[in-house]
Amino acid sequence: MQIELLEENSVQRFKIVGEIDAFTAPLLKERLAKSEDVEGMQIELDLSEVGYMDSTGLGVFVGFYKAVKAKGGHVKIVGVNARLKRLFEITGLGEVMDIEVEESGDHDATV
Amino acid sequence: MQPYDYIEIRVPAKAQYIGVARLTISGLASRLGFTYDEIEDLKIASSEAITNAVQHAYKDDEEGEVVVGCALYEEKLEIMVADRGKSFNFEETKKLVGPYNEKEEVQFLREGGLGLYLMETLMDDVKVHHEEGVTVFMTKYLGGERGDEDVERTISS
Repeated sequence: MQIELLEENSVQRFKIVGEIDAFTAPLLKERLAKSEDVEGMQIELDLSEVGYMDSTGLGVFVGFYKAVKAKGGHVKIVGVNARLKRLFEITGLGEVMDIEVEESGDHDATV
Repeated sequence: MQPYDYIEIRVPAKAQYIGVARLTISGLASRLGFTYDEIEDLKIASSEAITNAVQHAYKDDEEGEVVVGCALYEEKLEIMVADRGKSFNFEETKKLVGPYNEKEEVQFLREGGLGLYLMETLMDDVKVHHEEGVTVFMTKYLGGERGDEDVERTISS
């Protein structure tokens, strides 16, 4: 798993590439934690290149979402394909978090 | 002759091997003819069980192994995950696994949290057995709840 950070118009955009599981989730959590303590952060998490994610990833995103919100900021999750959308939906987290679903989720079928 | 092929994977109880076991299960599911979505479900459910086993071993400061047993039937895939590094007799362990009692379920839910919920949602059947560690036993049927696809598959095979 790799994480790239792009800053655009005061929005921090993290692009996460690869698989998020119990092995990589702690690295992701650590990387995101650097943005947690700043007031009023506007953050986008781009998951369009995430080929696999389970509850460990959901746990990291929920924790991050709460921490940023507590500091008056906002986290938006973008690039969510059909698979990830389903994961957010069945866990009920889709209703709690700000998630933008990708229009065509079919191109990830080779993962 | 037993009505299934049995494949057992043993990995050290370390997080970096969860993905390795997941890939193996993905390959087996593909071999059985599960759809792309079903394979993704199997990958998540089995990873949740293996993650629980790894974290359990880690918490107890053990250098154990996680054993993942897969039974491939014509119409279903059974996956057993045990957090004690002993190989199990698949048939014997399967007999021991029953409906979990309430007390155990509460404890397991607290440990497993979202993981157990996902296993139950993504698989057709999940059972948890506590004795000398935790064994999770789960089943997914080919075709699942998608009746139409099931018919197609039967014709094409």
